[in-house]
Order: sequence, then structure tokens, then C-alpha cells
Amino acid sequence: MTVKKRPKHLDLPKIRLPMPGFVSILHRISGAGMFLFLPVLLYLLQLSLGSPESFEDFRAIVAHPLSKLVLLGLLWALLHHLCAGIRFLALDLHLGIGLKQARHSSAAVLVVSLALTLILGVKLW
Amino acid sequence: MVKRIVVGAHYGLRDWLAQRVTAVIMAVYLFFFAIALVTQPALDYASWKALFASQWMRLATLLFLLALNYHAWIGVRDIFMDYIQPTGIRLTAQIVVILALLACSIWSAQILWSA
Repeated sequence: MTVKKRPKHLDLPKIRLPMPGFVSILHRISGAGMFLFLPVLLYLLQLSLGSPESFEDFRAIVAHPLSKLVLLGLLWALLHHLCAGIRFLALDLHLGIGLKQARHSSAAVLVVSLALTLILGVKLW
Repeated sequence: MVKRIVVGAHYGLRDWLAQRVTAVIMAVYLFFFAIALVTQPALDYASWKALFASQWMRLATLLFLLALNYHAWIGVRDIFMDYIQPTGIRLTAQIVVILALLACSIWSAQILWSA
């Protein structure tokens, strides 16, 4: 009996992710990003609700261009995570599990979350 | 003959379900929160504070934040299980995350009721 030589690990940079895989890894990255910024967001909530003075501090912080950029990134993370999450729930219910539909819905998640980020970002900026 | 290795403490299905239940709670809250924000006449301190003044809003927001913390725990735990192989480092990291999220949960209640 001959032992077949098989690759022992996946060469990640060589693998080109299909669209659903891309949306899936972005779901993970956006979730991790929001987790890391959770204390910052709670602190901003505390400032905004504390007193009229701390509300002004809150406004000054979020008015800074750098924090606007970070908040825009977090807004995208939330919208992508939400859209991709709704897609995963649909897949759990066996909705759209055909290969073609799954590819289309993953592209829709990318486009819709980016478009919503752009619209809301322009409105809030 | 397939050699079977029995692993796990059977928490998989419970956590899978919890991840989805907390996700739906957050999605529903965000939907109504977005409506509440859009229908505000002005977004100044008085109206923002008034929005969070009712006991209902505070309870709903606390439920949202608790769901968020639990959801974050399951998600981060899954990430650690995938990428951190040494058991000692993984367990330490998981304990740090549990303590941080517990602190965030308590802090959330404090923010809502001291406002």
C-alpha cells in the first residue's frame, strides 16, 4: 500500500475566497472590530447621557475628523455584520441555499451594507 | 473502521441558538431605535435624555446591551478557538474577555440608571 502525499496545511494566501467566503470572513472581522471598540462606545454613551456639560464633551469628541473616520468604520462594521447576520439566519432556515442564490445574496450583503454606510455616513458627517 | 474521538461538552447547540436569539433581539431593538431617532424633532441633549428617561427604554436598552455582551462572548470565543492553539494562552485570553464583558454589562446598567 502506498501512502499518498497530501498537503498538511492550507496555504491561506493562495486560496482565492469565493464571494460567500469573503462575506463570511468580513462578518468575523467586523464583529471583532466592534468588540474591541465596545468600551469606547459605552464611554461615549455615558458622556452623551451624563450631563449637559458631558454632552458637549461627547459632541466635541465625535466632531473630530479622526473619530468620525473610526465611527464611519464602525458604522460599516455594524451594517455589514447586521446584513450578513440576516443572510446567515435565512440560510439557517434553508432559504437561498442554492449555490447561485448564495452567491447573489452574499454580493447583495456587500453592496447593501456599503451603500447604507455611504448614505448614513454622508448624512451624519 | 472509523476511529471516533468523542469531544465537547454539548454546549454547541445551546450556544448556536443563543447566538441567534441574541442577534434577533439586537436587530429588533436597532429597528425601533432607528425609528425613534428619525422621529426625534431635534437631537439635542434634552431630547436625547428624554428618550432614555422612561423605564421601558432603559429596560429595552439594557436587554439590547446584555444580548450584545453575550453575543460578543460567543463570537470572540469562537475566534479564539480557531486561531489560538496553545490551551493555556487561549484559556487566559477567554477569561480576560469574560471579565471585560461582565464589567461592560454592569457598566451598561450603571450608565442607563444613573443618567
